Amino acid sequence: MRKISDLFKQELKVINIGLLSFKESLDDVGVKVIQVDWRPPAGGDEEVMDALKKLLGK
Amino acid sequence: MVVKGIIKKGEYYDSVTLMLVARDATKLDGVEDAAVVMGTGQNKSILETSGMLLDMFKDATDSDLLIAVKAKDERTAEEAFAKIDEMLKAKRAKTQEAGEYMPKSLEGALEFMPDANMVIISVAGKYAGDEAMKALEHGLHVMLFSDNVPLEKEIELKKYARDNGLLVMGPDCGTAIINGAPLCFANVVNRGKIGIVAASGTGLQEVSSVITNEGAGISQAIGTGGRDVKKDVGGIMFIEGMKALEEDPETNYIVLVSKPPHPEVLEKVANLIKSEIKKPVVGIFLGGDPDVVKSAGAIPASTLEEAGLIAASLAKGKSLDDFKKLLEEREKEILEIADRESKNKKDGQKFVRGLYTGGTLCDEAMLLSRKIIGEVYGNAPLNPEFKLKDSWISQENTFVDLGEDEFTVGRPHPMIDFTLRNKKILEEAKDPSVAVILLDVVLGYGSNMTPGDELAPAIKEAREIAKKDGRNITFVCSITGTDKDPQDRKKVKKQLEDAGAIVMPSNAAAAKLASYIVKNLGGAR
Repeated sequence: MRKISDLFKQELKVINIGLLSFKESLDDVGVKVIQVDWRPPAGGDEEVMDALKKLLGK
Repeated sequence: MVVKGIIKKGEYYDSVTLMLVARDATKLDGVEDAAVVMGTGQNKSILETSGMLLDMFKDATDSDLLIAVKAKDERTAEEAFAKIDEMLKAKRAKTQEAGEYMPKSLEGALEFMPDANMVIISVAGKYAGDEAMKALEHGLHVMLFSDNVPLEKEIELKKYARDNGLLVMGPDCGTAIINGAPLCFANVVNRGKIGIVAASGTGLQEVSSVITNEGAGISQAIGTGGRDVKKDVGGIMFIEGMKALEEDPETNYIVLVSKPPHPEVLEKVANLIKSEIKKPVVGIFLGGDPDVVKSAGAIPASTLEEAGLIAASLAKGKSLDDFKKLLEEREKEILEIADRESKNKKDGQKFVRGLYTGGTLCDEAMLLSRKIIGEVYGNAPLNPEFKLKDSWISQENTFVDLGEDEFTVGRPHPMIDFTLRNKKILEEAKDPSVAVILLDVVLGYGSNMTPGDELAPAIKEAREIAKKDGRNITFVCSITGTDKDPQDRKKVKKQLEDAGAIVMPSNAAAAKLASYIVKNLGGAR
């Protein structure tokens, strides 16, 4: 089974969802990082989002 | 005065980018106030309070960008819109210039980086939990910076993570250091043999910085978010973090940092130390009973500084008496400076005003001050009876945490944007009863990149204000950070000292110095 401590033996590779400055800091220290061009799901419309969740069975 | 607005449908920017643009827009000539926000419910209510919620904004959604400007006339407002547009374009161009591929989703990112192992999430709380669960389901560790994630969601995420050997740091986790990489608000520290588990962000930063400044280093620093050690979450990640450090061959010593955990959580921690942890453990549970830590077989520390010094002594193979000697020397020096600074005060100057950007640092300062000068007022005081009636108006000895919600709605955190604290510094300097102004400066990634340039002029100006009135105010600062931080601790220290401030080696030392001065001047309760 996977363990948290396994992470400490790997090279850290990061996906950043949100504040761009967090990605820039990691670039600065040479950590591999990819930025997600995130937007609120369903255009931020909560009713649509809830309906989508139901459709997807979540 | 006119209020004008525009909506940009479907144009999304992150909140820090927008707040910084709004801050710069407010500085434009003829502009009294400006807001550049996504059209969320919370942002709309902020606009309403500041009288900028125009009818046109009412139906906007989370993915619409709202720009409102309060200006002296229409022409100035139009000019401000053009400037704001320019600033936003410049921010976007910076990202696009790098020519990097930006996938639209976590799945898209994984196609591009299939061996990713960590996801940092800082989107609005109501979306963050779902994104975190998606990441866990893909077998990825999570750092959840966002706050306002529902408690039930946190428990669900952490249970899933525990059962699947994954980390969930947060929600509301501001800092972590994993494999040497500073995540979110973190300092550039030495790598070494000391592992940290912390339920307090600035607590972790202070301890890891002290350790680095003492010449030792950090293996891993795991943040859990403050709610982890409360009863409902039950310390799930605090416990898993400790186990992971016990298993890690690169970690020889473990430091635990938190406000006092719920008794049930503390019992779990103590049992784990007794049963499974073979490595030496140092514990700082701010404001908690050190005997509990001791009876679990760990070494108790009474301040963040002490926790860092004990761990550094252990890691450097020195005896524990070594750090005690250092602390005794520092204590002696604190008393000497306090005596000197108490002599140059005018009659009536006897109180301290602590203006904090770090919540845990403010708590630690209040705990230490209470022992020397009694209870202090604040917006989040130790004793609820000492809560300020109005957080904006200090009285007697007051310590405010400027990172609390009442100060941060609609503006960047005070570690990033110094505008509010600088304004407060000047206000406090006008109060003839103020003898000491106590300030924390937190360096590292995420924080303001030029703290010396921005804080030093405010200190100078405040000292001038007092001087014109024949008063001398002592500025006591602590700097949480290292010489390797992008701001460079040494450089910031010199800038603050040149402005006339006394820079102490730790938050604890700064709080003690400020309190002893107040005590000498008769300002204690």
